[in-house]
Amino acid sequence: MIQFQYERAATTKAAINGLANSTHAKFIAGGTNLVDLMKRNVMAPTKLVDINRVPLKDIQQLNGKISIGALALNSQVADHPLILEKHPLLSQALNAGASAQIRNMATVGGNMMQRTRCPYFYDTALPCNKREPGSGCGALEGVNRMHAIFGTSEQCIAVHPSDMCIALVALDASVIVAGPKGERRIPFEEFHRLPGNQPEKDNVLQNNEMIISVEIPDNELSKNAHYFKVRDRASYAFALVSVAAALTMDGKVIRDARLAMGGVAHKPWRLREAERSLAGKTVSEETFRQAAEIAMQGAKAFKYNAFKLKLGPNVIVEALKNAAGLV
Amino acid sequence: MTEAFFDKKDYKPLDRVDGRLKVTGTARYSAEYALPNMAYAVLVGSSIAKGTIKSIDSKAAERAPGVLAVISHLNAIKVPGYQPKGEHPSEPSTQGQPLRVFFDNKIVSNDQPIVAVVATSFEKARHAATLVKIQYHKEEHQTNLEANSEKAVLPASGKKNPKSPTADYDRGQKDAFESAAVKFEAEYVLPTEVHNPMELQAITAHWEADDKLTVYDKVQGTKMTQKNFAKEWNIPEANVKCIATFVGGAFGNGLHNWPHETAAIIAAKQVKRPVKLVLTREQMFTMVGYRPRTWQKIQIGASKDGKLVAINHQSIGQTSSYEEFTESTLQQTRMMYASPNVSTRYRILPLNVATPIWMRGPGEATGAFALESAMDEVAHAIGMDPVDFRLLNYTESDPDKNMPWSTKYLRECYEEGKKRIGWENRKLKPGLVRDGEWLVGYGMGTGTFGANRNSATVHAALDREGNLVMHCAITDIGPGTGTAMVQIASNTTGISTGNITFHLGSSEFPNAGLQGGSSTVNSVGPAVLAACNALKEQLITMAAAKGNTAFSSAKPDDLMIDNNELQLGGKSSKTTLGDLFKQNNMEKIETTNESKPDENRNKYSMNAFSMHFAKVHVHPFTGQVQVKKIVCCADAGTIVSPKTAASQMIGGATGGIGMALTEDAVMDHRFGRYVTKDFADYHVPVNADVPEIDVYFVNKPDLLADPVGSKGLGEIAIIGVAPAIGNAVFNATGKRIRELPITPDKLI
Repeated sequence: MIQFQYERAATTKAAINGLANSTHAKFIAGGTNLVDLMKRNVMAPTKLVDINRVPLKDIQQLNGKISIGALALNSQVADHPLILEKHPLLSQALNAGASAQIRNMATVGGNMMQRTRCPYFYDTALPCNKREPGSGCGALEGVNRMHAIFGTSEQCIAVHPSDMCIALVALDASVIVAGPKGERRIPFEEFHRLPGNQPEKDNVLQNNEMIISVEIPDNELSKNAHYFKVRDRASYAFALVSVAAALTMDGKVIRDARLAMGGVAHKPWRLREAERSLAGKTVSEETFRQAAEIAMQGAKAFKYNAFKLKLGPNVIVEALKNAAGLV
Repeated sequence: MTEAFFDKKDYKPLDRVDGRLKVTGTARYSAEYALPNMAYAVLVGSSIAKGTIKSIDSKAAERAPGVLAVISHLNAIKVPGYQPKGEHPSEPSTQGQPLRVFFDNKIVSNDQPIVAVVATSFEKARHAATLVKIQYHKEEHQTNLEANSEKAVLPASGKKNPKSPTADYDRGQKDAFESAAVKFEAEYVLPTEVHNPMELQAITAHWEADDKLTVYDKVQGTKMTQKNFAKEWNIPEANVKCIATFVGGAFGNGLHNWPHETAAIIAAKQVKRPVKLVLTREQMFTMVGYRPRTWQKIQIGASKDGKLVAINHQSIGQTSSYEEFTESTLQQTRMMYASPNVSTRYRILPLNVATPIWMRGPGEATGAFALESAMDEVAHAIGMDPVDFRLLNYTESDPDKNMPWSTKYLRECYEEGKKRIGWENRKLKPGLVRDGEWLVGYGMGTGTFGANRNSATVHAALDREGNLVMHCAITDIGPGTGTAMVQIASNTTGISTGNITFHLGSSEFPNAGLQGGSSTVNSVGPAVLAACNALKEQLITMAAAKGNTAFSSAKPDDLMIDNNELQLGGKSSKTTLGDLFKQNNMEKIETTNESKPDENRNKYSMNAFSMHFAKVHVHPFTGQVQVKKIVCCADAGTIVSPKTAASQMIGGATGGIGMALTEDAVMDHRFGRYVTKDFADYHVPVNADVPEIDVYFVNKPDLLADPVGSKGLGEIAIIGVAPAIGNAVFNATGKRIRELPITPDKLI
């Protein structure tokens, strides 16, 4: 671990100022990912700005939306009465991630900022364009069982690891970020990016910006929502494939559907075409199977992750069945 | 010793004697010794799998704050035991030559330790280690078992000795399989698994004088370590002290002394300070052994009504290019079932990887995956219940050694296990039982392991207050050795367990072998028994000499101590320990006793047996497997510590769940480097994966095996679990997964 500066900020402004004049400065909150990466020498910030004292932990009902502070802990959000009542999908997704100990440390903002778990990214002796642009993608022709099937590039086939973000993208959330020139709002779906030719960039946050909160607009999805995660062990494992599904129902007819997938792309993967195909349909396994087929269009597998082409649609169907109460 | 002795007092469940120390953090492990002026070493591993070191640029590291030395083959002091052409002085003697750390510029495996950075703090050493720049002359490497299987060889032990367990074996006719009415053949693959105990490998090395070495070392044998380092440094054994009072799990990876240990000792000598070295979790995958990836092929021939005609079993396990690692993968195929014709072929394949080491259940667990899966497949093929199929081919004597069993109560295990798992709910045809969306399946697998026994010596001292203190060099890697020994001593003497202490884990104590191969209770237990009886004899002699006639014809078996009072035949002798010691003007009595295997070993085949039953749920669309229940039935002789023994079975079954469903050290062969090498990617089962594990012990003593009647437990706890789960998955789904682990992608 290299020598680095460490300072604490108590306000948003001080935190953002802390990033000034240092291109290799990083915020630290729960540290559940960054500290690991520093120990493995994958990331080497020259300065850490500890933002744990910035008052951004509130979870509150505002007019027509719920606002979740960037420093609210994953466990606090998952267990919060407002979230349990209005957005159980988010609560389920949070509880499907990591372990209880990690959820007690990890923040909402940190969860969004976590890096991929691609083993080539983690091992500094192996090539990785995300870690070291130009060094090559180790996974492309390597052990790519955990890797992406949507939106890949020749440069990078890594997946975004979060469960929380899959629910948030399905719930049409927005991200409020602050920088030296004030705040801006980013639709959650546009916060994370595809690798393209710049796999080193996970998201659109600028170097001098800070996540302030996440907002979820009120909806009528709470009664029929389900987060379904398939992984190699029952807890504390990243998704092979996960699906966030939520429906607004009129009896047995679907008025509005939300679908997003995890473990398949460099960003939380919203399935808008499949959602549209469900609107106005009566719930049935067949309907869900058709939606899943639409969802999988354009998927492309690599040597070891072809199973995701089959597992993906199966999990979509299972998530929808659970959301619709068919199971 | 008669069976009646054990009826005097049952062995009751007892909390771990060191449990409080462990849960309060008072127990001190190898990484927790803080010595004055201590320095810290961090190892840098190679980033190629084969070649030579071209250059090491250590300037930046040497200049980094707090750095005391950057040690490599370029500047390491000469280790006297590293003879250029001779054998490295390591035991147990795996054929070949263990890696000599910092000896030359050769790279023989990826992440081979090649530089140690020593600094005044761990953090400083760790930082400086990132500054070392190494260049290589890279050579083409081979790390892929299946791609190189034609290069597999018969191990030297098998070549030299046709009776060796690794030698080719034929019973009956070699081609009997061909003429069998029912012929079954399949291949099975077990991936590389890594021991991954919770405690990282750690050593604190301290040269107390130029020729006097103390190591606080995570090992499974203090005497082995003492011998090895005495040879390596060419100093008398008495000058080497190995302390391993507490070991936080090992599962076999402490059965070998590894390069990191020598690296710490070299570093301590070189910087003239005590040096602590703790491996990282990633280094646990590459520097301290693993269960080798193994390919197996089985042929089973049977008659239409289910009588075995022939079993042919071959295996290829990987080893390193510099040591021949072997294990008993095919032993149980030779002796488990009454097949008139059996052939086994054991081969190893040297690759550019580090040396494996026995991992819990070792080869037997690997072999059982193939044998017990194949038995299930044959039972299915002939439409028989797999338990009935095994009972039909049950053998009442060892068909390999041609000897009677000392004891074998496997039938009881089958019967009890069937009841407890609810075997009657199993359907012969797979895929028929459902619970909601989930498919339900039942499976079983048998395990066996030799009831090993080594010589062991225990020192025991009894004081006038009735405190019994014992010492032995044996280690305890977690099964509860101290607890078991205290229970044996308490049952033998009558002294309450609270007044008995068993000190272990130091080479300064009387001799014992390794804690490995399920041999501890069978070996050290009898020495405890012998020492306790010797003390009782002394007490009898003391009492008789003082004119107490009741004692003159008494035998140790007649004497028990109850609350410091000596009882004969269950009746008060009106003599207390205090009185007796006072009369004899003594503070304490003591004894040192050795116990060793006897000639019964030449007359009987001695084995522990286990039977594991599993009930699983499999999701038909997502491939998720949930183990709903496991029943472990063990014929392990006398169970001297029922509580810790049950824990040991539960731990073994949990390891079996990992073997069946989750554990897989995956290598990218282009680089010869693991890509699943931390607890996020290498999946050991977590609580959510582990169901109720119901443990049943037959608990009948095997007094031919040893005077305690114990046959050992550590290995049979895991042997047979993985095939039980795999067989249950087949029963649920009709899908047979022959390459472990059974992950969701293989079932959809």
